[in-house]
Amino acid sequence: MTDSMVRARSAVRASFAHRVSSTLFKRAKLRLSLLLAAPLLWLVLIYVFALLALLVTAFWTVDSFTSQVKMEWSFNNLQTVFTNSLYRTVTLRTVGIAILVTVVDLVLAFPISFFMAKIAGKRLRGMLVIAILMPLWASYLVKAYAWRAVLSHDGLLQWLLAPIGVETPGYGLTAVILTQAYLWLPYVILPIFTGLEKVQNSLLEASSDLGARNLVTIRRVVLPLLVPSIVAASIFSFSLTLGDYITVNIVGGASQMLGNLVYTNVGAANNLPMAAAVALIPIVLMFGYLTAVRRTGALESL
Amino acid sequence: MKLTATKLSALFIGAAMALSACATASPQATTASSLTKLGKSEGKLSLLGWPGYAEDGSNDPKVDWVTPFEKATGCQVTFKSYGTSDEALNLFKTGNYDAIAASGDATLRLIASGAVQPLNTSLIPSYKGVYSFLKNRAWNTVDGKTYGVPHGYGANLLMYKKDVVKPAPTSWSVVFDGSSAYKGHVTAYDSPIYIADAAVYLMAHKPALGIKNPYALDDKQLQAAVDLLKSQRANVGEYWSDYLKEISAFESGDSVVGTTWQVIVNSMSAKANVGSVLPSEGATGWSDSWMVASNTKHVNCAYQWLDYIDSPKANAAATEYFGEAPVTADACQYGSAGFCDSYHAGDAKYAAKIWYWTTPIAKCLDGRTDVQCTDYSAWTTAWQEIKG
Repeated sequence: MTDSMVRARSAVRASFAHRVSSTLFKRAKLRLSLLLAAPLLWLVLIYVFALLALLVTAFWTVDSFTSQVKMEWSFNNLQTVFTNSLYRTVTLRTVGIAILVTVVDLVLAFPISFFMAKIAGKRLRGMLVIAILMPLWASYLVKAYAWRAVLSHDGLLQWLLAPIGVETPGYGLTAVILTQAYLWLPYVILPIFTGLEKVQNSLLEASSDLGARNLVTIRRVVLPLLVPSIVAASIFSFSLTLGDYITVNIVGGASQMLGNLVYTNVGAANNLPMAAAVALIPIVLMFGYLTAVRRTGALESL
Repeated sequence: MKLTATKLSALFIGAAMALSACATASPQATTASSLTKLGKSEGKLSLLGWPGYAEDGSNDPKVDWVTPFEKATGCQVTFKSYGTSDEALNLFKTGNYDAIAASGDATLRLIASGAVQPLNTSLIPSYKGVYSFLKNRAWNTVDGKTYGVPHGYGANLLMYKKDVVKPAPTSWSVVFDGSSAYKGHVTAYDSPIYIADAAVYLMAHKPALGIKNPYALDDKQLQAAVDLLKSQRANVGEYWSDYLKEISAFESGDSVVGTTWQVIVNSMSAKANVGSVLPSEGATGWSDSWMVASNTKHVNCAYQWLDYIDSPKANAAATEYFGEAPVTADACQYGSAGFCDSYHAGDAKYAAKIWYWTTPIAKCLDGRTDVQCTDYSAWTTAWQEIKG
């Protein structure tokens, strides 16, 4: 190959690359769509597609003996889910647990986050952040089983409470709320901590200069500024609790939540369509919650 | 071309349907006739079974009865374990397995769907030594054809803490009508099949209901069992399906009375101070069978495995490791001392009190033709309602 040919080729190549880049430069939309194609495809295939498949499956039925899914359209599953008292009771119980877990977590998280963001020195703050993140490194199952041991009738809690005449709650809904609140606490502390860091100290000083006591400052200055963080935190604890079925299996005694109904429908009954119908309940609930939150504008300022 | 949102979503739903259709469609199995003559080993065998049913030493170097089989027959074994009978059915349907060890709540469904083939037991020499009360039973034989050879069997017993439950119970009534005495500390097995335990109790205590077989319940009988279980539910501390969970609950005293397996009783510490009994009403239990896939390419290896697992030494190793009774009296000399006694192996009177797990189906298993019985899916719905 002669020198001139090589030069000519690289000129062609350069001009091709040049043309591509100039086209992309001129067409902002093309540039953007190329950039987004891969992640969007991923999102659509893995997420939207799976949700739609779930939705569609809920309308099918199962042959009770051979456990084969039959693709006949029927509203029976959804009708059962909406009219059967079992599903109503369990849905209400699950939502109740999710709300209580969220409330407990928020009440616990606020003072801790406030201390970290406004009072603790830099060194202590760093150590506290690590301490809060540390439990996330341990397996979820290990933590749930640890609570099983703690809440047992010859467990740590009983031993601690016996001198003051209180008994351990044992396994049941209280145990589920305690365990879930513990499990999701880091997810609640972190957004609130970040939110509090953004609240400027000058605002707190101004409030106290104007004669507001500490509690009034928190109620009328800090909390309103913190609403987006509280909403973000509540989304975590609420949705994580809504979908859980393992904790309730370990410490819940004889009670069941929505996740358990999905689990038995898949695992024991082999009824995927029914499981899909039940799984729609938390999805609809979360969808409603997110829409309500969006209206308040909290999502934009996350 | 511009796609509107509606068109786009229609496209997605269509595609989603197509995808799920692929996922759920499965080939129809054909009914095969049984083998007449054993041929050469194919060199490969793929097994499916409960955990601990085919150990090759990879979990515990001391526990290995697969390697001797491989050396003797030249069949290289791969083993996959499952957690529930329903999971087993789904795995077996993939067609990747030559043989399966299934409990009675799965065997009938396997036979009905044509997934397993009838066996020629004359090609399985060690089948002769199997206890006769395990042969030709509803869960391994249909229309006179044998589809499975036994692996091991056991009963769901009543376990109680000796220092709390006094006097020592001899009847299931302590977890049913009398369960309020131990409110919050009663435990029960967490599966729809537990409804049969209530039915066994009702057979003895409410003869007017006319239950002849705890797995053949008509609507009225199922309702009676459900009512009994709902009243029990008020006193249940927790349900168990993971046997480690039951052990921890009895060790800590959170559970004091409820159903158990022999292997759990054997694993309890002396400190826990538990006793166990096969109550006077009888009990539910399991009798697992090895079955051969109808479309297997390794039928000779599969037959040799069936023969091997029923041979005394291998059967002793497998059943003692899992914690159940062996299927042949000759196995007793190979187990550790007291092995056969602790599982009541070969005790026909004990075995007669066991109602082995069977899939409840619409056609009544007790022979009644004037009513429809409730099937397993009805039991599952009922079980969810019982737990509430």
